[in-house]
Amino acid sequence: METLLALVIGGLYGAGLYLMMRRSMVKLILGLVLLGHAANLLIFTVSRLTRGQSPIVPPDQTTLVAPFADPVPQALVLTAIVIGFGVQAFAIVLLKRAHQVIGTDDLDQMNTTDT
Amino acid sequence: MNLLLTLPLLIPLATATALLLSWRYRRAQRFLSVVGATALLGSSLGLLSSVWRHGIHVSQIGNWPAPFGITLVADLLSATMVVLAGLVGLVVVVYSLVSIDARRESFGYHWLLHILLMGVCGSFLTGDIFNLYVWFEVMLIASFVLMTLGGERAQLEGAIKYVTLNLMSSALFLAAIGILYGAVGTLNMADLARQLNTVSSPGLATTLAILFLISFGIKAAVFPFFTWLPASYHTPPVAISAIFAGLLTKVGVYALIRVFTLLFVQDVGYTHSVILVIAGLTMVTGVLGAAAQREVRRILSFHIVSQIGYMIMGLGLLTPMALAGSVFYLIHHIIVKTNLFLISGVMHRLRGTYLLAQLGGLYQAAPLLALLFLIPASSLAGIPPLSGFWAKFVLVRAGLESEQYVIVATALAVSLLTLFSMTKIWAEAFWKPSANNGQRTAAEPASLTLLLPIGALAGLTVLIGLVAEPVFVLSWRAAEQLMNPAQYTEAVLGKTR
Repeated sequence: METLLALVIGGLYGAGLYLMMRRSMVKLILGLVLLGHAANLLIFTVSRLTRGQSPIVPPDQTTLVAPFADPVPQALVLTAIVIGFGVQAFAIVLLKRAHQVIGTDDLDQMNTTDT
Repeated sequence: MNLLLTLPLLIPLATATALLLSWRYRRAQRFLSVVGATALLGSSLGLLSSVWRHGIHVSQIGNWPAPFGITLVADLLSATMVVLAGLVGLVVVVYSLVSIDARRESFGYHWLLHILLMGVCGSFLTGDIFNLYVWFEVMLIASFVLMTLGGERAQLEGAIKYVTLNLMSSALFLAAIGILYGAVGTLNMADLARQLNTVSSPGLATTLAILFLISFGIKAAVFPFFTWLPASYHTPPVAISAIFAGLLTKVGVYALIRVFTLLFVQDVGYTHSVILVIAGLTMVTGVLGAAAQREVRRILSFHIVSQIGYMIMGLGLLTPMALAGSVFYLIHHIIVKTNLFLISGVMHRLRGTYLLAQLGGLYQAAPLLALLFLIPASSLAGIPPLSGFWAKFVLVRAGLESEQYVIVATALAVSLLTLFSMTKIWAEAFWKPSANNGQRTAAEPASLTLLLPIGALAGLTVLIGLVAEPVFVLSWRAAEQLMNPAQYTEAVLGKTR
């Protein structure tokens, strides 16, 4: 399972970075989204996957019993997903507005503020 | 619950809520905004004096014990940074009463400004690495909207670069946090500082250090990652540029200082020499970029990059004296750079342009403004007895003591080039005869509300220069706390274990 997820994460990072290197604004935002997903999956994978064991204290116990999934990475990923969702929504609106104002999808033509 | 620690977060939140409720009443908004910013400055001064007298303050939110709950910590560095955030916030709010147009105000300018301040204060005060990420995002989202508010073409173009690079940096930061948690199993920074020493493979710690260096480096705009800053910082209205220039990159610097004095001190020989090399290159590339520019705000933007190099230099040297220099430089730079941006705004009001070629004759038209420009400009270049001189003096002396002569020579040479570009602005904008004689394009006079914040910051610059002793003692004690992470971990976790 870890190996499969590692491959998926690598693929997501590669695809995300590749898309961001293209000149199109739409591909830029898709690349950013993929990077976000890759980071979320990475958190999940590096903090040890546990299958079918929920982090719930059994009724006759006072603490968690040994094979349990760590709840912290799940909380982290959940927070990161929510934040990522908000930021990506903003980025999409920004790019749409930029497309309306500048009238192109080509990032190479958005260089008037550089240098 | 320590009230002083939570107030710098609660006050901007309360102000922002009140601003939301009074969304349609412009006068009420402006009033509330000034009151909120004043209260923030007041409470942050209270926090600083309390930390000065009683040592590091810690507060566990929700009363969960330290490594599990959310911790707020204020040592001297955090408290000083919060004071500076309050100061810049108040100054910019007063300045924007005149300089921000009604349309931007009605789209929630003041509201966003206070959310931004809350994010900045939260980043300074948090004692938990994942919360640092969350506060970064609060600050970033507010800054994204502030940057695009108004929706002019240049703003949107600048914002695309700003947003993309900052999202990249956040994704990297998040990945680094994930790996860190996987390796060590905790997120509390004090606990991390203890656990990281027990990590079995030292290579993993160094890899993590470099990941953090890159992600904070993007936010702080250090050498290879700074291009987003000069492409975007000159596009929004000048009050927004000023608060970005003063505070946002410094949050990155603060995070670097925090992480590389508290967490990653295992392989100092490698990580901190990388930081030192980056510092030198940042100084040089920033100042060369500034020398090539012909527009006031772009010159100033490139100078932010170059000055970040000085702050990182102190971190790279990692002696108490060098860190004290970094803290002193942070204090000096936030005041001076905000002021220079605010002055460029007044120049724009007087002449209707930021281009040096079209500016001119401002010394004749506004002698007071010329004097007010001269103070922060010479301070930035490091002319005694202003604040910048002392900051550079401490750093250079620390560099000589650790026998890092290359970086000292770089710092001194960059100072000279800084002086060159400041004299360029002075000669072109103030000294040379007016280009379009008689016909002022934007004839709005500089009102007292604009000059008051500028004068206050200039006064502070002179004051820090003339009475450098207390500020130096503050920086020195902050540096001693940073050099001795045991104080921090003991304050958060207690002496046991």
